[in-house]
Amino acid sequence: MAGPGGGSNDVQWCFSQVKGSIDDDVAEADIISTVEFNHSGELLATGDKGGRVVIFQQEPESKNQPQCRGEYNVYSTFQSHEPEFDYLKSLEIEEKINKIRWLPQKNAAQFLLSTNDKTIKLWKISERDKRPEGYNLKEEDGRYRDPNSVTALRVPVFRPMDLMVEASPRRVFANAHTYHINSISVNSDYETYLSADDLRINLWHLEITDRSFNIVDIKPANMEELTEVITAAEFHPNQCNTFVYSSSKGTIRMCDMRASALCDKHAKLFEEPEDPNNRSFFSEIISSISDVKFSHSGRYMMTRDYLSVKIWDLNMETRPVETYQVHEYLRSKLCSLYENDCIFDKFECCWNGNDSVVMTGSYNNFFRMFDRGYRQDVTLEASRENSKPRSVLKPRKVSTGGKRKKDEISVDSLDFNKKILHTAWHPLDNIIAVATTNNLYIFQEKLN
Amino acid sequence: MINTMECAMDAQNLISISLMKIHNSRTQRGGIKLHKNLLVSYVLRNARQVYIKEKYAEIYRMQQYEEVMTVCNEIQELNPLDLDADDRGEEEHERASCCGEGTSVCGSACQRSAAQPAAHCRTASVLPGCSPLEDGGKEPEPSYYRSCCMETSPVSHCDQFPTNSTHCNKTTVLDLDTHIVTTVENGYLHQDCCCDASQCGQSAQSPAKKRKVEFGCCMSDAEEVSDFTAVRKRAKREDCTYSNLDYTDTSNISNLISIFGSGFSGLLSRQADLEHICSKQAPASLRAWTRAIVAF
Repeated sequence: MAGPGGGSNDVQWCFSQVKGSIDDDVAEADIISTVEFNHSGELLATGDKGGRVVIFQQEPESKNQPQCRGEYNVYSTFQSHEPEFDYLKSLEIEEKINKIRWLPQKNAAQFLLSTNDKTIKLWKISERDKRPEGYNLKEEDGRYRDPNSVTALRVPVFRPMDLMVEASPRRVFANAHTYHINSISVNSDYETYLSADDLRINLWHLEITDRSFNIVDIKPANMEELTEVITAAEFHPNQCNTFVYSSSKGTIRMCDMRASALCDKHAKLFEEPEDPNNRSFFSEIISSISDVKFSHSGRYMMTRDYLSVKIWDLNMETRPVETYQVHEYLRSKLCSLYENDCIFDKFECCWNGNDSVVMTGSYNNFFRMFDRGYRQDVTLEASRENSKPRSVLKPRKVSTGGKRKKDEISVDSLDFNKKILHTAWHPLDNIIAVATTNNLYIFQEKLN
Repeated sequence: MINTMECAMDAQNLISISLMKIHNSRTQRGGIKLHKNLLVSYVLRNARQVYIKEKYAEIYRMQQYEEVMTVCNEIQELNPLDLDADDRGEEEHERASCCGEGTSVCGSACQRSAAQPAAHCRTASVLPGCSPLEDGGKEPEPSYYRSCCMETSPVSHCDQFPTNSTHCNKTTVLDLDTHIVTTVENGYLHQDCCCDASQCGQSAQSPAKKRKVEFGCCMSDAEEVSDFTAVRKRAKREDCTYSNLDYTDTSNISNLISIFGSGFSGLLSRQADLEHICSKQAPASLRAWTRAIVAF
């Protein structure tokens, strides 16, 4: 479990590793699109725009260096999705990996679900460290022997070999989504999972690929009446009948699958009334929820919209219990951010292991942590300049007006091309993975 | 309410930017993003509301100014003795054309000797759907005129019936491929509909040519009184001239606003109307544009 403090007043973060190209010229295929730790934290998976999945494995802690937790090294790389073409609609289907979700480990192999806009795949990642040798009809290199040349029989045996990690697609869940898939979530029953697109949510069984159940459908009878879309969905961590989905209107609906087969009618609706003083041209855009995550305890959930992070108590629908401003200084810049499309960026958020701290990304390669207990927040930066091993990250500050202090950065100097959309927190330790455009940074808590 | 700091100019820019985004989304890899286009349509709607509001305020100010000026000119031109006789004659006509309950009230207000309130009254009575004066003793105030004008807001009236083509006889669309603005008619004229460019005095043009749209021209020709006809035509011509000055931007954006009247629905409803009404005249590329959006 994360340390007793867990909060930003106790924890100092150190640079650990950075993965990816140093080259400033970023190839579009290398842009990281999702980051996810597995349930033990030993494996860290990333997906990119090129449809590839890269899995890193944590090395066992070295007895020589007890201060340092194990490093993450490449464990497996495979091409999960390829670009496809829908001939009926004359549309190209991007191979970009939208989400990766790990299944809990049941045996020696690891399983994960990866999805692009249309198709979800179940991958089995297994290790092979021995191979059979001594076949009678085959040579060692695989060529078949002439049966007439076989004079004696032997029993093939397993011999050790160099570790090989294989990724093989075990299931392909296709043709169930008309619109772009934005979320997948594995149920706590470990048998089913949901997939959500802009207008529908489907329930799948992990073993069955040729059909799925539609459990939410918000498509209006007349598309002219469309007012909102689904932006994210997640199963409750403990209650296998409960899931939530967020909308572009800033609402979250909790549904109970026991109530009816089609969960169009929500059990709970979480919505905070809009502040009329903040009304602008872009009110609808900035209130759209880009991510929703249950706490590990299942008591709370967190939502991310463009400017803030909100923590909701599942027992109170009228307003969030906590609201944290991520980059309120951008409120006066919304017009420019609309022009350069940054206002449409979908930031994710994550909880730490004991739900005491939440983290989310921002621009200029900044990311923010909010300690719920101590009511403190910190802004840190993921950059190669702070990439000396075990160097402590210095808190950053954005000056919002007036005189800019030393070491502060002004709002106009922020680089909006450098954005941190995807972050992940190790389920047990204070290790975080932060994805910049094409690099993956791993930071660890400074251990004395 | 949208923050009033955002003026009509910003609204105009936002409308242009938003339309360009929707246009560009056609060619984006992976197909049109429903979520993003929905959000862009909200910005379009918000910008349109501000833009129309500002436009009305501007037109009202212009018309107010011109009415005052023409009346002042009339006062200077007319012989004071002739003015009373003319008023009495026109009162009869106005009583007939003025809407129901407000007739006597309107008439009594018209009996006042000053030509200015009479002008206001007549103008107000001509507006279709105007509500009667509550207090007959008072002069009709400028705010009354404004409320008449605003209630029969032309664009929003059209937008109330996005799929009812009999009310909105004109559909103006922008071909995003060739940037040609086309107005499509079905030959049915409705009094309340403002999208009637012929009232500006323009002759019928080929659909491929650009048309102007008048926000303020809600008045029916049949209601005009002979003495005021020349005045009003002069006012209209001035309006047309005025709109000529920023014709390209303003009229194009005015036209486009009629498409996006009901937010996202405007995109699809116009497609339905176009195909239904005038398939020959709509350029093929326009269909490609709307088809792409409907594709998902």
